[in-house]
Amino acid sequence: MSPIQRRALLMRALALGAATTLPGCNYEDPNHPDLADDFLHAMSYWNDRVQQALFDPHTLAPTFRPDQITNPPRFNAFYSISQAPVVDPATYRLQLGGQIRDQTPWTLAALNALPQTSQITRLVCVEGWRVIGQWSGVPLSDFLRRVGADTTCRYVSFQCADGYYSSIDMESALQPQTILALQFLGAPLTPPFGAPVRLRIPTKLGFKNPKSIVQLAVTNVYPGGYWEDQGYNWFSGS
Amino acid sequence: MKPTRKPIHPWPVRLTHWLNALAIVMMIGSGWQIYDASPLFGFRFPPLITIGGWLGAAIAWHLAFMWLLVVNGLVYFTYSAATGHFRKFFPLSPRAVWQDFRAALRFRLPHEKGVYNAIQRLLYLGVLAAGVVIVLSGLAIWKPVQLWFLCDLMDGYRIARYVHFFAMAVIVSFTCIHVLLVALVPKVLPPMLTGGRQEP
Ligand code: HEM
Repeated sequence: MSPIQRRALLMRALALGAATTLPGCNYEDPNHPDLADDFLHAMSYWNDRVQQALFDPHTLAPTFRPDQITNPPRFNAFYSISQAPVVDPATYRLQLGGQIRDQTPWTLAALNALPQTSQITRLVCVEGWRVIGQWSGVPLSDFLRRVGADTTCRYVSFQCADGYYSSIDMESALQPQTILALQFLGAPLTPPFGAPVRLRIPTKLGFKNPKSIVQLAVTNVYPGGYWEDQGYNWFSGS
Repeated sequence: MKPTRKPIHPWPVRLTHWLNALAIVMMIGSGWQIYDASPLFGFRFPPLITIGGWLGAAIAWHLAFMWLLVVNGLVYFTYSAATGHFRKFFPLSPRAVWQDFRAALRFRLPHEKGVYNAIQRLLYLGVLAAGVVIVLSGLAIWKPVQLWFLCDLMDGYRIARYVHFFAMAVIVSFTCIHVLLVALVPKVLPPMLTGGRQEP
């Protein structure tokens, strides 16, 4: 079940059991926060700061052996697998924005021509399941330096072909295992799994790994995210 | 003036006890909702007894109340270690537990005010240990990368999730027995609220 379907189901169940649930659990509706929402937002903000303090750029996420890879990988998005966006690799451009000096869009060929790294890491979903995969691509720190990004900014944000969006803190963006992934298991990414370019960041939960990225920006203005704006913790570090 | 007698339960114990009861209810209710997003076993907890309504809210409640659970727990442990409160749980021998267990089955378990019988001592020590385990395993699944040593201690993320679940099962079982025993011997409840006074 996708998170959206599950949510719809749970909301229906919740409506049935409304009498037994806590008042003010409509963490659902960000435009009408009640007391419980305010409390939860304040605690989530506090947890962001704790995680930021806990984050050690030299601590690497565990790596795994090739025989531990989960194959086929597990699909997850806010829509079903058949609805995954298909981006034409020939006309694809990665747009850049915000505090970046050289904002020339990048073609897939140009990204592929950059020095690549490979990793076998674990993706842990906020739901509690996890998969191990092999991703290769361009270290995000290399890319940001190459395009002249202001790495003193606080956030790197991502817009995706399917309307998804997310953002990460600069320290995590510069961690060596954070890559703009172009390949899975040595072959170009396929549409449901993030083609043509996705973020792979093994120090954060799965939903902080946006797929089919069409725009990358560097900013000091909090960009939020698709799930984050609905109440998931923003930092969501591992 | 009459000399004041010592309370059966000093106020820091009472305060931390009831704050802990609140934290436990919130943590378990939201934890069950989180479990339901990706069950470890072939069942889900009915939404009626979970807290949050959906995964995002459940996680928010869980990660908010974990602070109450942990800070309150640290206060309790520090207080108890500093004042010798833990002495109330000792001595404890298997023989004493067995004797008190048999007495309990015949409803002849003595209840001296302010003294815990062997069954209580065992249950309290057990649930305090489960409390330590649930916090450590929770931190291991929350931060498997940054707190990798905790995750290693639990033999990896996968096992840590089971450890966390079983510690929850221990605490829930304890709470059921605990509340049942209080219901059977209701005279122990008022002192836990007001402090009570020890017999002269
Ligand atoms: C509404 C639920 C609860 C009630 C009515 C309740 C009641 C009590 C009472 C009356 C005592 C004192 C027993 C005596 O003096 O013989 C006590 C002690 C204790 N309870 Fe609870 N309790 C509840 C929930 C919990 C929960 C959820 C936990 C932990 C998970 C817990 C852990 C303890 C511990 C560790 C002690 C010993 C405290 C000490 O002396 O340090 N209780 N409880």
